[in-house]
Amino acid sequence: MLATIEKNTTWFLACKANDVPTNGGVCVKYNNDQIALFHFARRGEWYATQNECPHRMQMALSRGMIGSQSEEPKVACPFHKKTFSLKTGECLSGDECSIKTYEVKVEGDNVFIGVSQL
Amino acid sequence: MKIIVVGNGMVSYKFCEKLIAKAESTLFEVIVFGEEIRPAYDRVHLSEFFSGKSAGDLLMAPANWYSDNNITLHTGDPVQQIDRANKTIHSFKGITESYDVLILATGSSAFVPPIPGVEKNGVFIYRTIEDLEMMTAYAKKAKTGAVIGGGLLGLEAAKAMIDLGITDTHVIEFAPRLMPRQIDEAGSNILKAKLQLLGLKIHTSKNTAEITGNGCIDGMLFSDDTKIEVDMLVISAGIKPRDELAKLCGLETGTRGGIIVNNKLQTNDPSIYAIGECALFEGMVYGLVAPGYEMANVVASNLVASLNLPMNRETSKESANSEESAGTDGLQNPPLGGGGAVFSAYDMSTKLKLIGVDVASFGDPFVAGENCRSVVFEDTMKGIYKRINISSDGKQLLGGILIGDAEQYNVLLQTVKNKVVLPPNPEDVILGSRGGESDGGAGVLSLPDEAIVCSCESVTKGMICGAVTEGGCETIDAIKKCNKAGTGCGGCVPMVKDIMLHTMKAQGKYVRNVLCEHFNYSRQELFDLVKIHELKSYDEVLDHLGKGDGCELCKPPVASILASLWGEMILKKGNDTAQDSNDRFLANIQKGGTYSVVPRIPGGEITPDKLIVIGQLAKQYNLYTKITGGQRIDMFGAHLNDLPDIWGQLIEAGFESGHAYGKSLRTVKSCVGSTWCRFGLHDSVSYAIRIEERYRGLRSPHKLKGGVSGCIRECAEAKSKDFGIIATEKGWNLYVCGNGGSKPQHALLLATDLDDETCIQYIDRFLMFYIKTADTLTRTATWLNKMDGGIDYLRNVVVNDSLGMSALWEAEMQVLVNCYKCEWKEAIENPEIRKRFSHFVNAPEVKDPTVVFEEMRDQKKVRDWK
Ligand SMILES: Cc1cc2nc3c(=O)[nH]c(=O)nc-3n(C[C@H](O)[C@H](O)[C@H](O)COP(=O)(O)OP(=O)(O)OC[C@H]3O[C@@H](n4cnc5c(N)ncnc54)[C@H](O)[C@@H]3O)c2cc1C
Ligand code: SF4
Ligand code: SF4
Ligand code: FES
Repeated sequence: MLATIEKNTTWFLACKANDVPTNGGVCVKYNNDQIALFHFARRGEWYATQNECPHRMQMALSRGMIGSQSEEPKVACPFHKKTFSLKTGECLSGDECSIKTYEVKVEGDNVFIGVSQL
Repeated sequence: MKIIVVGNGMVSYKFCEKLIAKAESTLFEVIVFGEEIRPAYDRVHLSEFFSGKSAGDLLMAPANWYSDNNITLHTGDPVQQIDRANKTIHSFKGITESYDVLILATGSSAFVPPIPGVEKNGVFIYRTIEDLEMMTAYAKKAKTGAVIGGGLLGLEAAKAMIDLGITDTHVIEFAPRLMPRQIDEAGSNILKAKLQLLGLKIHTSKNTAEITGNGCIDGMLFSDDTKIEVDMLVISAGIKPRDELAKLCGLETGTRGGIIVNNKLQTNDPSIYAIGECALFEGMVYGLVAPGYEMANVVASNLVASLNLPMNRETSKESANSEESAGTDGLQNPPLGGGGAVFSAYDMSTKLKLIGVDVASFGDPFVAGENCRSVVFEDTMKGIYKRINISSDGKQLLGGILIGDAEQYNVLLQTVKNKVVLPPNPEDVILGSRGGESDGGAGVLSLPDEAIVCSCESVTKGMICGAVTEGGCETIDAIKKCNKAGTGCGGCVPMVKDIMLHTMKAQGKYVRNVLCEHFNYSRQELFDLVKIHELKSYDEVLDHLGKGDGCELCKPPVASILASLWGEMILKKGNDTAQDSNDRFLANIQKGGTYSVVPRIPGGEITPDKLIVIGQLAKQYNLYTKITGGQRIDMFGAHLNDLPDIWGQLIEAGFESGHAYGKSLRTVKSCVGSTWCRFGLHDSVSYAIRIEERYRGLRSPHKLKGGVSGCIRECAEAKSKDFGIIATEKGWNLYVCGNGGSKPQHALLLATDLDDETCIQYIDRFLMFYIKTADTLTRTATWLNKMDGGIDYLRNVVVNDSLGMSALWEAEMQVLVNCYKCEWKEAIENPEIRKRFSHFVNAPEVKDPTVVFEEMRDQKKVRDWK
């Protein structure tokens, strides 16, 4: 039968909560990776995804507008406005590309991003 | 009944899904053996693995879906033997199981031609997640790549190579054209030209003789003695049905592979079925997923029926589909209980987007001969090729090819499938009607109610209309929920939307131009409401007038309305994140993620000292400089981190923001006018500067441009602007609603021989009227084109004050003029705002390391994107 893959999450401190604009995003450096971190204040939620937009490989998602489509929280790339689910990373504008998502937790004033190592 | 399914690919999964949807899971015992280590995943979207989807994202259903539905799944355990006499199977891991019914869904593998050297390292096939993982690892050290096979899959593999960063990729096709099974020679040429533009090197009529290299591939040798150097190769030369297990136990297979089945998908052993890509039906292996799903559906229906159970609604609807492609009345119910569902020759129409190029082929793309004729439209400049084949009486559409623009694919496919009679000029269906009142005939309206619009979920046009009329659906999402239309591949969504809108209109429903799902108002309505309620921030507007969380469609227009109404700094009150990214960072984002810097140079007049400042700054920050079309200087390639410093220096030297990033006044272009020009009637430069300074920073539904010319010779091209002013002997003529851009339109004369003050008064009124009433992202030209009464009405409002609004508008404009402040000055002086101008929140001093520049004509340019 299928072995369940043990997920091994490393949490790192990304920034202070008030470093992130309300209902907007910032880019977090993690080693050589860039992670877009969003504070969806309207819903009291935090999300993190890869910063690179898969459409034209632009490091831009953290500068995109966030919002929702039905209930799905999403981010729109500033370049061509492709939108991606912040929950699943799925492209919501019908393109066949998607983005990686990360877990986020806020402890006190600190925001942590979880990076899973397989 | 005990059912064993061999293989756990897409079709196997669909079979399980259909079976449990049709009958209580306790009636069947289902055991599935899969050779791959993962449960079934979406092979069709395999390439998304490269754009960040994980293996988990691609799963058709998580592993627990099987156990939740009483299905036993053995992954990583291929079946190795079938004992037909005793009705048992034996697996690799040593499991022996008996069956009542055996389903072979073993799919296919890549066909690898026997070319010397195929075993070398760096030669791949493109079929499983493991293949992709191996390719990804190898691609790191590869620079040039090649794909053998220019078919559907080969081109997809070529795109994968590009995605992997191997931009130097060759496509080798044995046939004289690309996608030989779907498109013709002319279509292939257009496609080839388009793909070459994207950097692929396409070789047709090329036969690979040898793959060279010592252990690892280093090149390819062709039968015409040419060769190329490559570090990596993907073979995609067709598929080979996995019929080895079937052969071993003596089932009939085709000479070129495939397990032979009848129209119930039964092999020559009546308790063994074959479905999906391993099945050979009427001499044909179907290499697409939709026919495989249909096979799964037919078998599942018949198995349920054989238990003599009354079937639920879904069964009858689904099996109707199996007859649909045969052209019989698609709505007849199949005989209940008798297992009467049959599979029949399936339509192989496809539409795909290959690296940004639409390619579609439907019905019979190639037919030739006496009983038909073809209409071909070709535009090599734009890379568009369309061919339709019609019966010789001109009444029936038989099939066709669309390249470069496949918008009509759905409608045309339905026209073929439903045998819709063509309009008198059949070419209209691809060219659009040129004159006359016909609407092309083949639109959604002409489809019969039985036409299947969504083939993935078998939803007919009638069902969609019903969802609107009876179900009250008014959005695509509502329709998706109601009958699943558009939830499969999504290709039919535009058509579903068309049908929905037509049906709503037919019901007399007013289809309003609302902003988005969060605001049930048009921009104009919202403008008035925001004003009446005195709302000052995006969140307030959303709380009072909208619902949900907002999105990229409503945020910028609301932010713009707030700016037009209250004239407050656009980044305050939490409105920063409601701004479009360019407004949020007060600069235009450019390819690669750097920004351009455009200080205002009113009227295009600039002192030598200021020119020097720009030059020095550009040198200091290594910026690319170019004169814009609006008579100013654009500096490109500034890192986000550098913007505040650059602007600090500009402001110190007396510059201010040029608002090149905003939907706001850009420039008022001027000719040199009477101060220097021997023809000049008035001082056009001074007047242009006055006007530009009056409206600088004004937010509007779209960008605004103006122009002032010193005489009728019109050197400032003012008539191509939103407002253009041309000097006359007696004053100024005012023209409005002109446009350059993609739909050029000359501005129309609004009033003549105006003095300086009256002209500005009229522009005030004109702009306020536009700002209050235009839809979002509508330029003045389009706004006027849609206005009832056109320029005469506008003149009546602006010049004759027919609405009695002029005094108010002028006063409102004066308020905005008075509260103008340079946004950049405010931004750099405000530490909270300034802090946002860094790429990394946790390393503010580090600039985006992924930005790469190249040199060109002694300046820099950004590296091209893929
Ligand atoms: C890159 C790519 C892109 C594609 N794009 C499209 C597209 O755009 N549109 C489209 O319609 N189709 C597309 N296809 C084709 C589509 O994926 C197939 O038609 C579909 O997957 C066939 O499903 P299947 O279940 O018959 O076979 P498969 O999905 O191949 O599944 C068969 C499974 O059975 C397993 N198996 C084989 N033998 C045994 C055994 N003895 N015991 C146990 N398990 C066994 C195999 O390992 C495999 O996992 C694409 C295919 C690829 C590779
Ligand atoms: S428009 Fe007239 S005034 Fe202006 S530069 Fe041309 S010729 Fe001279
Ligand atoms: S014309 Fe097109 S390419 Fe040129 S600047 Fe405008 S948008 Fe860019
Ligand atoms: S780069 Fe993100 S949408 Fe094009």
